[in-house]
Amino acid sequence: MKIVGISGSIVGSKTRTAMNYVEKELLDKYSEVDWTLLDLADFDIQFSDGRNYLEYEGDTRLITKAIMEADAIVIGTPIFQASIPATLKNLFDLLPVNALRDKIVSMVITAGSSKHFLIAEQQLKPILSYMKAQIVQTYVFIEEMDFHRKEIVNDDISFRIARLVEDTVVLTESYAKIRTDKENEYDF
Amino acid sequence: MEQYRIKKEDGIEFGLYTLGDHLPNPHTGERISAQQRIQEIIELAKLAEQAGIHFFSVGESHQEYFTTQAHSVILAAIAQATERIKLSSASTIISTLDPVRVYEDFATLDLISNGRAEIIAGRASRVGLFDLLGYDLKDYEELYEEKFDLLLKINEKEIINWSGKFRASLKNAKIIPRPLNGSLPIWRAVGGHAASAIKAGIAGVPMQIAMLGGPAINFKYSVDAYRQTAQEHGHDPSTLPVAVAGFFYVAETTQQAQKEVYPHINLGMELINGHGYSKRGFAQGADNRDVLNVGSPQQIIEKILYQYELFGHQRYIAQMDFGGIPFDKLMKNIEFIGNDILPALKKYTAK
Repeated sequence: MKIVGISGSIVGSKTRTAMNYVEKELLDKYSEVDWTLLDLADFDIQFSDGRNYLEYEGDTRLITKAIMEADAIVIGTPIFQASIPATLKNLFDLLPVNALRDKIVSMVITAGSSKHFLIAEQQLKPILSYMKAQIVQTYVFIEEMDFHRKEIVNDDISFRIARLVEDTVVLTESYAKIRTDKENEYDF
Repeated sequence: MEQYRIKKEDGIEFGLYTLGDHLPNPHTGERISAQQRIQEIIELAKLAEQAGIHFFSVGESHQEYFTTQAHSVILAAIAQATERIKLSSASTIISTLDPVRVYEDFATLDLISNGRAEIIAGRASRVGLFDLLGYDLKDYEELYEEKFDLLLKINEKEIINWSGKFRASLKNAKIIPRPLNGSLPIWRAVGGHAASAIKAGIAGVPMQIAMLGGPAINFKYSVDAYRQTAQEHGHDPSTLPVAVAGFFYVAETTQQAQKEVYPHINLGMELINGHGYSKRGFAQGADNRDVLNVGSPQQIIEKILYQYELFGHQRYIAQMDFGGIPFDKLMKNIEFIGNDILPALKKYTAK
Protein backbone atom coordinates (compact mmCIF):
# COMPACT_ATOMS: atom_id res chain seq x y z
CA MET A 1 0.00 0.00 0.00
CA LYS A 2 1.41 3.33 -1.11
CA ILE A 3 0.40 6.40 0.86
CA VAL A 4 1.55 9.87 -0.11
CA GLY A 5 1.39 12.76 2.33
CA ILE A 6 1.28 16.28 0.99
CA SER A 7 2.22 19.35 2.92
CA GLY A 8 0.37 21.77 0.70
CA SER A 9 2.06 25.10 1.21
CA ILE A 10 5.45 26.64 0.57
CA VAL A 11 5.26 28.99 3.56
CA GLY A 12 4.77 28.48 7.28
CA SER A 13 5.51 25.46 9.44
CA LYS A 14 2.26 24.32 11.05
CA THR A 15 1.04 22.11 8.23
CA ARG A 16 4.43 20.46 7.98
CA THR A 17 4.49 19.97 11.74
CA ALA A 18 1.09 18.31 11.62
CA MET A 19 2.21 16.11 8.74
CA ASN A 20 5.26 15.05 10.74
CA TYR A 21 2.85 13.74 13.37
CA VAL A 22 0.88 11.91 10.69
CA GLU A 23 4.14 10.41 9.45
CA LYS A 24 5.23 9.27 12.88
CA GLU A 25 1.86 7.71 13.66
CA LEU A 26 1.81 5.90 10.36
CA LEU A 27 5.36 4.59 10.53
CA ASP A 28 4.96 3.50 14.17
CA LYS A 29 1.78 1.54 13.62
CA TYR A 30 1.86 0.48 9.98
CA SER A 31 5.44 -0.37 9.08
CA GLU A 32 4.23 -2.23 5.99
CA VAL A 33 2.98 0.99 4.42
CA ASP A 34 5.12 2.58 1.71
CA TRP A 35 4.97 6.20 2.88
CA THR A 36 6.25 9.32 1.12
CA LEU A 37 5.87 12.81 2.48
CA LEU A 38 5.95 15.52 -0.17
CA ASP A 39 6.44 18.97 1.29
CA LEU A 40 5.68 21.36 -1.55
CA ALA A 41 8.21 23.79 -0.06
CA ASP A 42 10.96 21.36 -1.09
CA PHE A 43 10.02 21.31 -4.77
CA ASP A 44 9.96 23.61 -7.73
CA ILE A 45 6.58 22.96 -9.32
CA GLN A 46 5.40 24.74 -12.43
CA PHE A 47 1.89 26.06 -12.96
CA SER A 48 -0.44 23.79 -14.84
CA ASP A 49 -0.61 24.56 -18.56
CA GLY A 50 -3.13 21.89 -19.41
CA ARG A 51 -0.85 19.16 -20.72
CA ASN A 52 -1.06 15.52 -19.68
CA TYR A 53 0.73 15.02 -16.38
CA LEU A 54 3.18 12.56 -17.94
CA GLU A 55 4.47 15.34 -20.17
CA TYR A 56 5.82 17.51 -17.37
CA GLU A 57 9.41 17.28 -16.36
CA GLY A 58 11.49 17.71 -13.21
CA ASP A 59 9.77 18.17 -9.86
CA THR A 60 6.36 18.66 -11.47
CA ARG A 61 6.47 15.22 -13.02
CA LEU A 62 7.95 13.67 -9.90
CA ILE A 63 5.13 14.99 -7.70
CA THR A 64 2.27 14.28 -10.08
CA LYS A 65 3.53 10.76 -10.74
CA ALA A 66 3.88 10.07 -7.03
CA ILE A 67 0.28 11.14 -6.46
CA MET A 68 -1.02 9.15 -9.41
CA GLU A 69 0.74 6.01 -8.21
CA ALA A 70 -0.50 6.28 -4.63
CA ASP A 71 -3.30 4.19 -3.16
CA ALA A 72 -4.07 6.84 -0.58
CA ILE A 73 -3.20 10.49 -0.05
CA VAL A 74 -3.14 12.47 3.17
CA ILE A 75 -3.51 16.12 2.25
CA GLY A 76 -2.21 18.63 4.74
CA THR A 77 -3.13 22.22 4.03
CA PRO A 78 -3.20 25.57 5.76
CA ILE A 79 -6.02 28.00 5.15
CA PHE A 80 -4.94 31.29 3.60
CA GLN A 81 -7.38 34.14 2.89
CA ALA A 82 -10.35 31.86 3.57
CA SER A 83 -9.09 29.43 0.96
CA ILE A 84 -6.78 26.53 0.28
CA PRO A 85 -3.37 27.81 -0.91
CA ALA A 86 -2.76 28.25 -4.61
CA THR A 87 0.16 25.82 -4.40
CA LEU A 88 -2.23 23.04 -3.44
CA LYS A 89 -4.86 24.03 -5.99
CA ASN A 90 -2.18 23.97 -8.68
CA LEU A 91 -1.45 20.37 -7.77
CA PHE A 92 -5.05 19.43 -8.57
CA ASP A 93 -4.90 21.41 -11.82
CA LEU A 94 -1.84 19.45 -12.92
CA LEU A 95 -3.70 16.14 -12.69
CA PRO A 96 -6.31 14.55 -14.98
CA VAL A 97 -9.99 14.98 -14.08
CA ASN A 98 -10.44 11.51 -12.66
CA ALA A 99 -6.99 11.36 -11.09
CA LEU A 100 -8.25 10.41 -7.64
CA ARG A 101 -10.55 7.60 -8.70
CA ASP A 102 -9.88 4.51 -6.55
CA LYS A 103 -7.82 6.53 -4.09
CA ILE A 104 -8.57 7.23 -0.45
CA VAL A 105 -7.98 10.85 0.50
CA SER A 106 -7.89 12.22 4.02
CA MET A 107 -7.30 15.78 5.20
CA VAL A 108 -5.40 17.61 7.88
CA ILE A 109 -6.25 21.31 8.03
CA THR A 110 -4.31 23.98 9.90
CA ALA A 111 -5.74 27.45 10.38
CA GLY A 112 -5.31 30.60 12.38
CA SER A 113 -8.70 30.31 13.99
CA SER A 114 -11.86 28.26 14.12
CA LYS A 115 -13.53 30.68 11.70
CA HIS A 116 -12.04 28.65 8.85
CA PHE A 117 -13.40 25.27 9.75
CA LEU A 118 -15.80 25.14 6.79
CA ILE A 119 -13.14 25.79 4.14
CA ALA A 120 -12.36 22.09 3.92
CA GLU A 121 -16.05 21.34 3.45
CA GLN A 122 -16.70 24.05 0.94
CA GLN A 123 -13.49 24.11 -1.08
CA LEU A 124 -11.42 21.02 -0.66
CA LYS A 125 -14.14 18.38 -0.56
CA PRO A 126 -15.86 19.51 -3.78
CA ILE A 127 -12.54 19.31 -5.64
CA LEU A 128 -11.82 15.85 -4.21
CA SER A 129 -15.32 14.65 -5.06
CA TYR A 130 -15.05 15.98 -8.59
CA MET A 131 -11.78 14.13 -9.01
CA LYS A 132 -13.52 10.96 -7.75
CA ALA A 133 -11.66 10.50 -4.47
CA GLN A 134 -13.01 8.30 -1.69
CA ILE A 135 -12.89 10.87 1.08
CA VAL A 136 -12.29 10.00 4.73
CA GLN A 137 -15.21 11.99 6.05
CA THR A 138 -13.75 13.11 9.34
CA TYR A 139 -10.80 15.42 8.97
CA VAL A 140 -8.44 16.88 11.53
CA PHE A 141 -8.76 20.62 12.02
CA ILE A 142 -5.91 22.22 13.97
CA GLU A 143 -5.86 25.78 15.22
CA GLU A 144 -3.01 28.14 16.02
CA MET A 145 -3.46 27.57 19.74
CA ASP A 146 -2.92 23.83 19.37
CA PHE A 147 0.72 24.44 18.40
CA HIS A 148 3.64 25.56 20.50
CA ARG A 149 7.16 25.82 19.03
CA LYS A 150 6.52 23.32 16.23
CA GLU A 151 4.82 20.82 18.45
CA ILE A 152 1.19 19.88 18.89
CA VAL A 153 0.24 20.55 22.47
CA ASN A 154 -3.42 19.54 22.41
CA ASP A 155 -3.89 15.84 23.14
CA ASP A 156 -7.24 15.86 21.42
CA ILE A 157 -5.46 16.69 18.15
CA SER A 158 -2.96 13.86 18.63
CA PHE A 159 -5.81 11.40 19.19
CA ARG A 160 -7.62 12.68 16.15
CA ILE A 161 -4.50 12.30 13.99
CA ALA A 162 -4.16 8.71 15.21
CA ARG A 163 -7.77 8.00 14.23
CA LEU A 164 -7.33 9.72 10.85
CA VAL A 165 -4.30 7.56 10.08
CA GLU A 166 -6.14 4.42 11.14
CA ASP A 167 -9.20 5.33 9.04
CA THR A 168 -7.02 6.05 6.04
CA VAL A 169 -5.27 2.68 6.22
CA VAL A 170 -8.41 0.68 6.98
CA LEU A 171 -10.42 2.30 4.20
CA THR A 172 -7.58 1.86 1.71
CA GLU A 173 -7.39 -1.85 2.53
CA SER A 174 -11.16 -2.25 2.41
CA TYR A 175 -11.65 -0.47 -0.91
CA ALA A 176 -8.76 -2.37 -2.45
CA LYS A 177 -10.45 -5.60 -1.45
CA ILE A 178 -13.82 -4.50 -2.76
CA ARG A 179 -12.22 -3.47 -6.05
CA THR A 180 -10.29 -6.72 -6.42
CA ASP A 181 -13.42 -8.78 -5.73
CA LYS A 182 -15.35 -6.77 -8.29
CA GLU A 183 -12.58 -7.00 -10.91
CA ASN A 184 -12.39 -10.75 -10.41
CA GLU A 185 -16.02 -11.06 -11.46
CA TYR A 186 -15.01 -10.22 -15.02
CA ASP A 187 -13.67 -13.06 -17.10
CA PHE A 188 -11.22 -11.04 -19.20
CA MET B 1 -19.84 13.80 -51.24
CA GLU B 2 -18.15 13.33 -54.62
CA GLN B 3 -15.68 16.10 -53.78
CA TYR B 4 -14.52 13.88 -50.95
CA ARG B 5 -14.42 10.76 -53.13
CA ILE B 6 -17.30 9.15 -51.29
CA LYS B 7 -20.13 7.51 -53.17
CA LYS B 8 -23.41 7.20 -51.31
CA GLU B 9 -24.47 4.18 -53.35
CA ASP B 10 -21.53 2.18 -51.98
CA GLY B 11 -22.85 2.46 -48.42
CA ILE B 12 -20.74 2.98 -45.34
CA GLU B 13 -16.97 2.78 -45.81
CA PHE B 14 -14.86 0.72 -43.45
CA GLY B 15 -11.35 1.87 -42.63
CA LEU B 16 -8.47 1.20 -40.29
CA TYR B 17 -6.29 3.64 -38.46
CA THR B 18 -3.07 3.09 -36.65
CA LEU B 19 -1.40 5.57 -34.37
CA GLY B 20 1.80 3.65 -34.91
CA ASP B 21 1.94 2.73 -31.26
CA HIS B 22 4.99 0.77 -30.24
CA LEU B 23 4.00 -0.85 -26.99
CA PRO B 24 5.13 -4.00 -25.25
CA ASN B 25 2.99 -7.10 -25.44
CA PRO B 26 1.38 -7.29 -21.97
CA HIS B 27 1.68 -11.09 -21.87
CA THR B 28 5.37 -11.27 -22.65
CA GLY B 29 6.56 -7.78 -21.73
CA GLU B 30 8.46 -7.79 -25.00
CA ARG B 31 8.46 -5.10 -27.62
CA ILE B 32 9.19 -5.73 -31.27
CA SER B 33 11.69 -3.41 -32.97
CA ALA B 34 10.56 -0.11 -34.47
CA GLN B 35 11.60 -1.44 -37.85
CA GLN B 36 9.41 -4.51 -37.49
CA ARG B 37 6.50 -2.42 -36.29
CA ILE B 38 6.71 -0.13 -39.33
CA GLN B 39 7.03 -3.08 -41.71
CA GLU B 40 3.98 -4.65 -40.09
CA ILE B 41 1.97 -1.47 -40.55
CA ILE B 42 2.79 -1.51 -44.27
CA GLU B 43 1.90 -5.20 -44.39
CA LEU B 44 -1.36 -4.52 -42.55
CA ALA B 45 -2.35 -1.96 -45.19
CA LYS B 46 -1.68 -4.48 -47.96
CA LEU B 47 -3.79 -7.12 -46.24
CA ALA B 48 -6.52 -4.55 -45.61
CA GLU B 49 -6.68 -3.78 -49.31
CA GLN B 50 -6.84 -7.45 -50.20
CA ALA B 51 -9.76 -7.88 -47.80
CA GLY B 52 -11.68 -5.06 -49.46
CA ILE B 53 -11.25 -2.53 -46.66
CA HIS B 54 -11.78 0.94 -48.12
CA PHE B 55 -9.43 3.16 -46.16
CA PHE B 56 -6.18 3.09 -44.22
CA SER B 57 -4.72 5.90 -42.15
CA VAL B 58 -1.60 6.51 -40.11
CA GLY B 59 -1.29 8.91 -37.20
CA GLU B 60 1.54 11.21 -36.21
CA SER B 61 2.75 11.12 -32.63
CA HIS B 62 6.00 12.45 -31.25
CA GLN B 63 6.43 10.64 -28.00
CA GLU B 64 7.67 7.51 -26.32
CA TYR B 65 5.88 4.32 -27.43
CA PHE B 66 5.13 5.50 -30.99
CA THR B 67 6.86 4.86 -34.33
CA THR B 68 5.03 6.86 -36.98
CA GLN B 69 6.36 10.35 -36.38
CA ALA B 70 7.14 10.56 -40.11
CA HIS B 71 3.68 9.32 -41.03
CA SER B 72 3.72 10.71 -44.58
CA VAL B 73 6.84 8.67 -45.34
CA ILE B 74 5.11 5.49 -44.20
CA LEU B 75 2.01 6.42 -46.19
CA ALA B 76 4.21 6.79 -49.29
CA ALA B 77 5.55 3.27 -48.76
CA ILE B 78 1.98 2.01 -48.39
CA ALA B 79 0.95 3.88 -51.53
CA GLN B 80 3.62 2.03 -53.44
CA ALA B 81 2.63 -1.33 -51.99
CA THR B 82 -1.10 -0.99 -52.68
CA GLU B 83 -3.40 -0.10 -55.58
CA ARG B 84 -6.92 0.69 -54.48
CA ILE B 85 -7.21 1.45 -50.79
CA LYS B 86 -7.65 5.13 -49.84
CA LEU B 87 -4.81 6.55 -47.76
CA SER B 88 -4.76 9.25 -45.15
CA SER B 89 -3.16 10.65 -42.06
CA ALA B 90 -5.05 10.21 -38.76
CA SER B 91 -4.15 12.68 -37.91
CA THR B 92 -1.57 15.12 -39.20
CA ILE B 93 -0.77 17.59 -36.44
CA ILE B 94 -1.11 20.69 -38.52
CA SER B 95 -0.48 23.01 -35.54
CA THR B 96 3.23 22.27 -35.47
CA LEU B 97 3.84 21.69 -39.16
CA ASP B 98 4.06 24.02 -42.11
CA PRO B 99 0.85 23.66 -44.15
CA VAL B 100 2.80 24.28 -47.35
CA ARG B 101 5.08 21.32 -46.64
CA VAL B 102 2.15 19.16 -45.56
CA TYR B 103 0.35 19.98 -48.76
CA GLU B 104 3.44 19.24 -50.84
CA ASP B 105 3.81 15.88 -49.09
CA PHE B 106 0.20 14.81 -49.45
CA ALA B 107 -0.24 16.10 -53.00
CA THR B 108 2.84 14.02 -53.84
CA LEU B 109 1.31 11.06 -52.00
CA ASP B 110 -1.80 11.56 -54.11
CA LEU B 111 0.26 11.39 -57.29
CA ILE B 112 2.19 8.32 -56.12
CA SER B 113 -1.07 6.59 -55.18
CA ASN B 114 -3.01 7.62 -58.28
CA GLY B 115 -5.47 9.84 -56.46
CA ARG B 116 -5.98 8.01 -53.17
CA ALA B 117 -4.59 10.50 -50.62
CA GLU B 118 -6.48 12.43 -47.98
CA ILE B 119 -5.50 14.55 -44.98
CA ILE B 120 -7.09 14.41 -41.58
CA ALA B 121 -5.70 17.36 -39.67
CA GLY B 122 -5.75 17.57 -35.90
CA ARG B 123 -4.36 19.75 -33.18
CA ALA B 124 -2.55 17.27 -30.95
CA SER B 125 -3.91 15.48 -27.94
CA ARG B 126 -0.33 15.41 -26.64
CA VAL B 127 1.72 18.54 -26.49
CA GLY B 128 5.27 17.24 -26.15
CA LEU B 129 5.76 17.98 -29.83
CA PHE B 130 5.33 21.70 -29.15
CA ASP B 131 8.61 21.68 -27.23
CA LEU B 132 10.23 19.31 -29.71
CA LEU B 133 9.39 21.38 -32.76
CA GLY B 134 9.81 24.78 -31.17
CA TYR B 135 6.29 26.06 -30.60
CA ASP B 136 4.69 27.71 -27.62
CA LEU B 137 1.85 25.84 -25.98
CA LYS B 138 0.17 29.18 -25.31
CA ASP B 139 -0.59 29.36 -29.02
CA TYR B 140 -2.26 25.92 -29.05
CA GLU B 141 -5.66 27.08 -30.27
CA GLU B 142 -4.54 29.81 -32.62
CA LEU B 143 -1.77 27.75 -34.23
CA TYR B 144 -4.26 25.11 -35.21
CA GLU B 145 -6.94 27.42 -36.54
CA GLU B 146 -4.52 29.53 -38.57
CA LYS B 147 -2.64 26.62 -40.07
CA PHE B 148 -5.72 24.54 -40.78
CA ASP B 149 -7.24 27.52 -42.53
CA LEU B 150 -4.10 27.99 -44.64
CA LEU B 151 -4.11 24.30 -45.54
CA LEU B 152 -7.69 24.63 -46.82
CA LYS B 153 -6.78 27.73 -48.83
CA ILE B 154 -3.81 25.98 -50.47
CA ASN B 155 -6.19 23.17 -51.40
CA GLU B 156 -8.54 25.63 -53.10
CA LYS B 157 -5.99 27.51 -55.19
CA GLU B 158 -2.66 26.77 -56.76
CA ILE B 159 -1.45 30.36 -56.43
CA ILE B 160 -1.94 31.89 -53.06
CA ASN B 161 -1.57 35.20 -51.26
CA TRP B 162 -1.65 34.83 -47.53
CA SER B 163 -0.33 36.33 -44.35
CA GLY B 164 -0.66 35.17 -40.78
CA LYS B 165 1.01 35.11 -37.43
CA PHE B 166 2.87 31.82 -37.36
CA ARG B 167 4.40 31.57 -40.79
CA ALA B 168 6.09 33.76 -43.36
CA SER B 169 3.66 35.46 -45.75
CA LEU B 170 2.97 33.94 -49.12
CA LYS B 171 2.97 36.30 -52.11
CA ASN B 172 1.74 34.83 -55.36
CA ALA B 173 3.18 31.58 -54.08
CA LYS B 174 2.62 28.61 -56.35
CA ILE B 175 2.05 25.51 -54.25
CA ILE B 176 2.90 22.45 -56.28
CA PRO B 177 2.56 19.66 -57.10
CA ARG B 178 -1.23 19.66 -57.37
CA PRO B 179 -3.12 16.47 -56.50
CA LEU B 180 -4.32 14.25 -59.34
CA ASN B 181 -7.81 15.70 -59.50
CA GLY B 182 -7.04 19.24 -58.41
CA SER B 183 -7.76 18.98 -54.69
CA LEU B 184 -7.47 16.66 -51.71
CA PRO B 185 -10.15 15.64 -49.24
CA ILE B 186 -9.16 17.48 -46.06
CA TRP B 187 -10.91 16.46 -42.86
CA ARG B 188 -10.91 18.01 -39.44
CA ALA B 189 -10.07 15.66 -36.58
CA VAL B 190 -12.55 16.21 -33.77
CA GLY B 191 -12.31 15.11 -30.15
CA GLY B 192 -15.18 14.26 -27.87
CA HIS B 193 -16.29 17.83 -27.22
CA ALA B 194 -19.09 19.34 -29.30
CA ALA B 195 -17.25 22.68 -29.56
CA SER B 196 -14.70 20.97 -31.77
CA ALA B 197 -17.41 19.54 -34.04
CA ILE B 198 -19.03 22.96 -34.28
CA LYS B 199 -15.77 24.43 -35.58
CA ALA B 200 -15.67 21.79 -38.32
CA GLY B 201 -19.24 22.80 -39.19
CA ILE B 202 -18.31 26.48 -39.39
CA ALA B 203 -15.45 25.66 -41.77
CA GLY B 204 -17.68 23.39 -43.83
CA VAL B 205 -15.16 20.56 -43.90
CA PRO B 206 -15.65 16.82 -43.33
CA MET B 207 -15.33 15.71 -39.73
CA GLN B 208 -13.74 12.66 -38.21
CA ILE B 209 -14.76 12.16 -34.61
CA ALA B 210 -12.89 9.94 -32.14
CA MET B 211 -15.07 7.81 -29.87
CA LEU B 212 -12.97 5.91 -27.38
CA GLY B 213 -15.65 4.83 -24.94
CA GLY B 214 -19.15 5.36 -23.61
CA PRO B 215 -22.61 5.27 -25.13
CA ALA B 216 -22.83 6.12 -28.83
CA ILE B 217 -25.71 8.46 -28.10
CA ASN B 218 -23.28 10.79 -26.30
CA PHE B 219 -21.64 11.56 -29.63
CA LYS B 220 -24.88 12.21 -31.47
CA TYR B 221 -25.02 15.72 -30.10
CA SER B 222 -21.66 16.52 -31.71
CA VAL B 223 -22.66 15.04 -35.05
CA ASP B 224 -25.97 16.90 -35.08
CA ALA B 225 -24.33 20.14 -33.96
CA TYR B 226 -21.77 19.76 -36.73
CA ARG B 227 -24.38 19.42 -39.45
CA GLN B 228 -26.58 22.17 -38.04
CA THR B 229 -23.65 24.60 -37.77
CA ALA B 230 -22.54 23.75 -41.29
CA GLN B 231 -26.02 24.61 -42.54
CA GLU B 232 -26.09 27.85 -40.58
CA HIS B 233 -22.82 28.86 -42.20
CA GLY B 234 -23.98 28.30 -45.73
CA HIS B 235 -22.63 24.79 -46.30
CA ASP B 236 -24.75 21.88 -47.45
CA PRO B 237 -24.47 19.14 -44.82
CA SER B 238 -25.55 16.50 -47.32
CA THR B 239 -22.25 17.06 -49.14
CA LEU B 240 -20.12 16.77 -46.00
CA PRO B 241 -19.05 13.30 -44.92
CA VAL B 242 -18.70 12.26 -41.29
CA ALA B 243 -16.34 9.54 -40.07
CA VAL B 244 -16.30 7.96 -36.63
CA ALA B 245 -13.27 6.28 -35.12
CA GLY B 246 -12.73 3.98 -32.18
CA PHE B 247 -11.29 0.82 -30.67
CA PHE B 248 -12.01 -2.37 -32.53
CA TYR B 249 -11.31 -6.03 -32.03
CA VAL B 250 -13.12 -9.05 -33.40
CA ALA B 251 -12.91 -12.75 -32.53
CA GLU B 252 -15.16 -15.81 -32.81
CA THR B 253 -17.18 -14.80 -29.79
CA THR B 254 -17.57 -11.57 -27.87
CA GLN B 255 -16.17 -13.22 -24.77
CA GLN B 256 -13.07 -14.31 -26.61
CA ALA B 257 -12.60 -10.89 -28.19
CA GLN B 258 -12.79 -9.26 -24.76
CA LYS B 259 -10.33 -11.72 -23.27
CA GLU B 260 -7.84 -11.29 -26.08
CA VAL B 261 -7.82 -7.53 -26.35
CA TYR B 262 -8.42 -6.25 -22.82
CA PRO B 263 -4.84 -6.69 -21.56
CA HIS B 264 -3.55 -4.78 -24.60
CA ILE B 265 -5.94 -1.84 -24.32
CA ASN B 266 -5.48 -1.69 -20.56
CA LEU B 267 -1.69 -1.66 -20.62
CA GLY B 268 -1.63 0.72 -23.58
CA MET B 269 -3.85 3.22 -21.77
CA GLU B 270 -1.81 2.84 -18.62
CA LEU B 271 1.50 3.51 -20.34
CA ILE B 272 0.25 6.37 -22.46
CA ASN B 273 -2.35 8.04 -20.22
CA GLY B 274 -1.23 6.88 -16.80
CA HIS B 275 -4.58 5.17 -16.18
CA GLY B 276 -5.67 1.72 -17.31
CA TYR B 277 -9.03 1.00 -18.95
CA SER B 278 -11.48 0.10 -16.20
CA LYS B 279 -12.82 -3.41 -16.42
CA ARG B 280 -16.29 -2.17 -15.63
CA GLY B 281 -16.19 0.32 -18.53
CA PHE B 282 -14.79 -2.35 -20.79
CA ALA B 283 -17.48 -4.85 -19.77
CA GLN B 284 -20.15 -2.24 -20.46
CA GLY B 285 -18.63 -1.88 -23.90
CA ALA B 286 -20.17 -5.22 -24.86
CA ASP B 287 -23.58 -3.54 -24.98
CA ASN B 288 -24.66 -2.72 -28.53
CA ARG B 289 -25.33 0.87 -27.52
CA ASP B 290 -21.70 1.41 -26.48
CA VAL B 291 -19.10 2.64 -28.99
CA LEU B 292 -16.47 0.05 -28.09
CA ASN B 293 -16.37 -2.27 -31.09
CA VAL B 294 -15.05 -5.35 -29.38
CA GLY B 295 -16.97 -8.54 -30.06
CA SER B 296 -18.02 -11.28 -32.41
CA PRO B 297 -18.46 -10.40 -36.11
CA GLN B 298 -22.22 -10.38 -35.65
CA GLN B 299 -22.05 -8.06 -32.69
CA ILE B 300 -19.69 -5.70 -34.50
CA ILE B 301 -22.06 -5.60 -37.46
CA GLU B 302 -24.97 -4.78 -35.19
CA LYS B 303 -23.00 -2.09 -33.40
CA ILE B 304 -21.84 -0.38 -36.57
CA LEU B 305 -25.36 -0.48 -37.98
CA TYR B 306 -26.77 0.91 -34.76
CA GLN B 307 -24.28 3.79 -34.98
CA TYR B 308 -25.14 4.22 -38.65
CA GLU B 309 -28.79 4.64 -37.70
CA LEU B 310 -27.81 7.23 -35.11
CA PHE B 311 -25.26 9.26 -37.02
CA GLY B 312 -25.86 8.54 -40.71
CA HIS B 313 -22.11 8.69 -41.12
CA GLN B 314 -20.17 7.74 -44.23
CA ARG B 315 -17.14 6.01 -42.77
CA TYR B 316 -16.20 3.97 -39.75
CA ILE B 317 -12.54 3.62 -38.93
CA ALA B 318 -11.19 1.08 -36.51
CA GLN B 319 -8.13 1.08 -34.30
CA MET B 320 -7.34 -2.58 -33.74
CA ASP B 321 -3.56 -2.59 -33.32
CA PHE B 322 -3.28 -0.71 -30.04
CA GLY B 323 -1.18 -2.15 -27.24
CA GLY B 324 1.31 -4.54 -28.80
CA ILE B 325 -1.21 -6.90 -30.39
CA PRO B 326 0.69 -9.64 -32.24
CA PHE B 327 0.50 -9.51 -36.00
CA ASP B 328 -1.15 -12.90 -36.42
CA LYS B 329 -4.09 -11.61 -34.37
CA LEU B 330 -4.36 -8.55 -36.61
CA MET B 331 -4.40 -10.78 -39.68
CA LYS B 332 -7.21 -12.78 -38.14
CA ASN B 333 -9.13 -9.54 -37.52
CA ILE B 334 -8.76 -8.56 -41.15
CA GLU B 335 -10.04 -11.94 -42.20
CA PHE B 336 -13.17 -11.46 -40.09
CA ILE B 337 -13.68 -7.98 -41.51
CA GLY B 338 -13.31 -9.15 -45.11
CA ASN B 339 -15.34 -12.33 -44.82
CA ASP B 340 -18.11 -11.35 -42.44
CA ILE B 341 -18.31 -7.68 -41.60
CA LEU B 342 -17.86 -5.92 -44.95
CA PRO B 343 -20.42 -7.99 -46.88
CA ALA B 344 -23.03 -7.41 -44.15
CA LEU B 345 -22.38 -3.66 -43.98
CA LYS B 346 -22.63 -3.40 -47.74
CA LYS B 347 -25.85 -5.35 -47.80
CA TYR B 348 -27.50 -3.05 -45.28
CA THR B 349 -26.09 0.34 -46.22
CA ALA B 350 -25.42 0.38 -49.98
CA LYS B 351 -28.20 2.11 -51.85
